[in-house]
Amino acid sequence: MSQQPLLKVDNLTRRFDVSKPWLNRMIEREPKQILTAVNQVSFEVEKGKSFALVGESGSGKSTIAKMVVNLLNPSSGHIYFDGQELSQAKGAAFKSLRRRVQMIFQDPFASLNPRWRVGDIIAEPIYAFGLESDKLKVQKTVERLLSTVGLTGRDRYKFPHEFSGGQRQRIAIARALSANPEFLVCDEPTSALDVSVQAQILNLMQDLQDEFNLTYLFISHDMSVVKHMADTIGVLYLGGLVEVNDSQQLFNQPVHPYTRMLLDAIPDHEMTGRRRTPVTGEIPNPINPPSGCPFHPRCQYANDRCKQEVPRSKAVMNSTVACFAAEEGRF
Amino acid sequence: MADTLLSVKDLVVEFPQRRGLLRALDQISFDIKRGEILGVVGESGAGKSLTGASIIGLLEPPGRVSGGTIELDGQRIDNLSTAEMRKIRGRKIGMVFQDPLTSLNPIFTIAEQLIETIQTHLKLSDKEARKQAIKLLDDVGIPAASQRIDDYPHQFSGGMRQRVVIALALAGEPELIIADEPTTALDVSVQAQIIDVLKNTCKEHGAAVMLVTHDMGVIAETCDRVAVMYAGRLAEIGPVREVIKHPKHPYTIGLMGSIPSLAHQVERLVQIPGSMPRLDAIPEGCAFNPRCNRVFDRCRTERPDLIAVEENLAACWLHAKEAGA
Repeated sequence: MSQQPLLKVDNLTRRFDVSKPWLNRMIEREPKQILTAVNQVSFEVEKGKSFALVGESGSGKSTIAKMVVNLLNPSSGHIYFDGQELSQAKGAAFKSLRRRVQMIFQDPFASLNPRWRVGDIIAEPIYAFGLESDKLKVQKTVERLLSTVGLTGRDRYKFPHEFSGGQRQRIAIARALSANPEFLVCDEPTSALDVSVQAQILNLMQDLQDEFNLTYLFISHDMSVVKHMADTIGVLYLGGLVEVNDSQQLFNQPVHPYTRMLLDAIPDHEMTGRRRTPVTGEIPNPINPPSGCPFHPRCQYANDRCKQEVPRSKAVMNSTVACFAAEEGRF
Repeated sequence: MADTLLSVKDLVVEFPQRRGLLRALDQISFDIKRGEILGVVGESGAGKSLTGASIIGLLEPPGRVSGGTIELDGQRIDNLSTAEMRKIRGRKIGMVFQDPLTSLNPIFTIAEQLIETIQTHLKLSDKEARKQAIKLLDDVGIPAASQRIDDYPHQFSGGMRQRVVIALALAGEPELIIADEPTTALDVSVQAQIIDVLKNTCKEHGAAVMLVTHDMGVIAETCDRVAVMYAGRLAEIGPVREVIKHPKHPYTIGLMGSIPSLAHQVERLVQIPGSMPRLDAIPEGCAFNPRCNRVFDRCRTERPDLIAVEENLAACWLHAKEAGA
């Protein structure tokens, strides 16, 4: 692993102020309320690989994605892309970084402007980043991109409403590709789609990765999709990374109790007769998280130390885990 | 058969459009036995929810049942008046909707909503109804039910709200519950809890369930039998293990292969080319024929009926040939 990672996220934290308006606070004598959406998250993604973030809603997956593409600023911590820090880059350097990192959003019904023709939607990044200004050449590029994602060149005259969900997601992918990116952040790219369409999109994304040597940051709540797509998986719980491991390893030998619980919760659609242990409890309120390890109220291995101290990520049993029970071998 | 609770025969639902009729359900036939859980799967637009809505009589106009029969307990319910249908809805057929936030009234407490529902259907005093309400909440696994019953819906989390909705559906002691994507709006870990609640409480209360979902995992965990829908038609129906392990219809085979596997690593997912046809452009013959990799001449001209293949019924001509028909 001597090669420099393409994306390095270091101690990333994001807080949101969710207080009531100032006057209400003064009258009701309430303090400010701060929600920590992402809490000291660190990970690296190597070039040409796929890194997946999984977790329940409210675990901070999408907040991390937005910070990586610079749609949100971190409260603290750093994001390095190809060795350069994202928040420090200015002017042309920033624009170039911005071009190299593109995003695919969850809902293809909301992410395409309904008043624009598909051709204009896909051409927009080409003009915005000044990659090409000759209209005819842009048109050629758009047609080439459309056929790359499995649509036809003539589709560029149509409007988004003329396409189905899966086709729209193909358009969104074509738009992301038009900037010639190296890194794609995919925020739940298939969760709005039917399984048969999901299979088409996942296959397309794998083909594109091979063809353009793309690197993916893949965000999903669906464990089977993540297993299929990712080389490395990071499990998020209440804004913190609880376990990071190689995809195969994570599924074969989950270490963190939360990872085990998530894997147990997956319905057995292949009817292999796998025993499922029922999940208990729900994700706590992030405004007022539990003390110590955020998972301790739902954890069967929790002891007094877990209730007081916050565990840090450590290498335990071939995995990187933030868990005292794993560290102390209390299983 | 004496133990058949619901019997749907050749159900046709149409929507009049400016340019002719849109046939959204085309000759759907299936039975649900007492206490059985039947899963209904398919892509969006395949007609899953519409099937549920037409059984419980909640079709949105201009949609209408224009053919076939629906029988509950041997009594036809598809031609009842609004007033008569109201007596059946809630009392004989309960409903669980997808989004637990919109199916509860935000300005009434859980107690008020539950007690009102119970008293509409059963002759109970206020005190008895309240006791019954607490028991129902207890059954669906709401901790400290006797205290939480006076809370408002917003004081419950998503998973807890869906439990309340299940309790509401059970309040009239129905014989059939139609659950339309009950776990889709929930997180994976909560999803598993709700599946268990739905399965166990319905068993305890002796209610049959028609579970509409697009999630094969949920089907595999819960159902006794499963029906696969495609373009408003029934593609295949059979015992859940048979349909999942040995699907007979090419569409079901493709659908099963397109789900990423946890048990073994596959390089590429099975991909069904193209997409489901629009309802106004369903091809002649078998609706699946343009996407099918085993299509032959008969598929393009004649529409297949459900044909018995081992334990399944599949609407596919491939099996007619084998049967020697």
